[in-house]
Amino acid sequence: MSEAQKENVEGRVLTYVDAITEGVREVLLEQSNSFVAGEDVGLAGGPFGQYSGLFAEFGEDRIIDTPISEKGIVGLGVGSSAAGCRPIIDVMFVDFMGECMDEIVNQMAKMRYMFGGGVTLPVTVLSMTGAGMSMAAQHSQSLEVWLAHLPGVKVVMPSTPYDAKGSIITAARDDNPVFVLLNKVSLGLKGEVPEGTYEVEIGTAEVVRQGTSFTIVAVSRMVHEALQAAEILSELGVDVEVIDVRSIQPFDTDTVVNSIKKTHHGLVVHEAVEFGGIGGEIVAQIQDQAFDYLDAPVGRIGAPFSPVPFSPVLEKIYVPDADLIVAKVKETLGLS
Amino acid sequence: MPKQPTKKVLQELHLTMVRIRCFEDTAGRLMEEAKIPGALHLYVGEEAIASGVMQNLSNEDQITSTHRGHGHLVAKGGDFSKMYAELYGRSTGYCRGKGGSMHVSNMELGMLGANGIVGGGPPIAMGAAFANKFLKTKKVAVAFFGDGASNEGSFHEAVNMAALYKLPCIFVCENNGYGEYTPQAKHQTIVDVADRAGGYGIPGVVVDGMDVIAVYEAAREAIDRARKGAGPTLLECKTYRFYDHVGVRGMGMTYRTDEELEKWKKRDPIQSFEAELIKLGVMTQKQIDKVYSKVNDLVEGGVQFAEDSPFPEPSELLEDVYCVKGA
Repeated sequence: MSEAQKENVEGRVLTYVDAITEGVREVLLEQSNSFVAGEDVGLAGGPFGQYSGLFAEFGEDRIIDTPISEKGIVGLGVGSSAAGCRPIIDVMFVDFMGECMDEIVNQMAKMRYMFGGGVTLPVTVLSMTGAGMSMAAQHSQSLEVWLAHLPGVKVVMPSTPYDAKGSIITAARDDNPVFVLLNKVSLGLKGEVPEGTYEVEIGTAEVVRQGTSFTIVAVSRMVHEALQAAEILSELGVDVEVIDVRSIQPFDTDTVVNSIKKTHHGLVVHEAVEFGGIGGEIVAQIQDQAFDYLDAPVGRIGAPFSPVPFSPVLEKIYVPDADLIVAKVKETLGLS
Repeated sequence: MPKQPTKKVLQELHLTMVRIRCFEDTAGRLMEEAKIPGALHLYVGEEAIASGVMQNLSNEDQITSTHRGHGHLVAKGGDFSKMYAELYGRSTGYCRGKGGSMHVSNMELGMLGANGIVGGGPPIAMGAAFANKFLKTKKVAVAFFGDGASNEGSFHEAVNMAALYKLPCIFVCENNGYGEYTPQAKHQTIVDVADRAGGYGIPGVVVDGMDVIAVYEAAREAIDRARKGAGPTLLECKTYRFYDHVGVRGMGMTYRTDEELEKWKKRDPIQSFEAELIKLGVMTQKQIDKVYSKVNDLVEGGVQFAEDSPFPEPSELLEDVYCVKGA
């Protein structure tokens, strides 16, 4: 958030979950051809309360409880957007994407291209990602790269209440399929959120902490761990710049590369399994465009190569945190 | 007793079937001559279904098609030039050469695409039907699919949701007895796919898919019902694929017998309808011959247009991956 934006919103604090609700509400008020469809979004208000109050305000015609049928739900999004609606589709957990991958991979992502531009699919998909709540291996994953690998869709991962609301509004105004992947551990996170509508441009990263000697590129909730790590590292004399990626697809290479050119050091942090994660792509792009500026190899931190464990003790080890980031930065810089 | 189709309707049904047959026969030959790249799934033998259903639809109504999709687009009013150009991979094609046979589509005609994924269409048709209802239009959406697709989860989820929300959606099963190369008896225990309607509380209707009038009448009832807001119907049309799953060859196959094929060919939907038209005095043989001659001219013109058309420019490779505002 820029300084100007911060001034604008001073005093109004919302939780991440309330920011989601407000973002969806603004879309429904703005676009008469929009609706929300998903499992438990209506009567129950969403499993995390992220749609609470919307059913009462907008009614069952616009807040649509669906069967537990992800192929059907995403198909509803594809077909209705092709036919003139601007649906908001809720896939409760990103882990459930396996149930509707054909509708995403072979239909939603490719339809416009296959039709030679003949169809437009303004569909927004909201889904929860992230570990840290002992929800075990099938309700805790970070599968954003499955989606970011698909030409034809956009993928954003807001880390703050401000970005959550703004990203939903921006996604809903976009004429392409956009996945807004929300972080369930951050639902209670508080932050400044303006009233009314505003946009968070898709495809732009944000420098959330200025620094001169080390760049940490973080995804979703890892932004907060990186900021914490930056505080610890500042006491050791390392001036860390933190970049919130915000958008995985398209990815804002310029902001990252410009920072690396300044700091000459980089580390990418995400919660998804490290192997094949977006970190590898980001490191490759840095190599391509800023190799001569690097004083050390760009590091990566992701989850180890295992399913997400249930036991809180194991899960704590599994999910990257500030301590791990500090250790990796110190290792890169040869600090003890 | 439903009123008999008018002479005009009968002639239109005949014309549509002939259009499909001639389009497909030539497409198959062009594929064998390697003029058309890739693989074609031909609709020959199944013409009565697309023709009978589409006779009840306007351009506003939507359909989703299958990998065997040319017939659906022809029946929806597809232009031969743009269709052949698409099959040839030319920039003048319906999809500017980006889709080809398996993805040929046209939104202006309400054709939401042939689909390379078996079972890909029903959820999309259900979604389009949802929009039709949400936006308070009178449009209906029709999902064409095969007996093979009736085993896909996507089909079941789509039918359940269409039934639940009483959507103006019609599910038309073109049961040609084979899921790709596997006989129906080896891929499901039921004989009538329409039985599955009972599981979703909607009407299930079986018709002879080789009889264009039967299809036309049954589709009319289902479509009228959907337009009135009474919800979906599962309409099963029993038919047969005269050519192979892919391409033209249909005889001497390991997975089906020539005797079976010959038996079905005796029930050719176009020949039997023509005999009926002559018997009823709706058309003479001379008039029928004239239809073929006119349609074959269109085929020839379409092929010529395709062959004269340019391939896409290399710069078009990355166009239309996304919708770019102001572009």
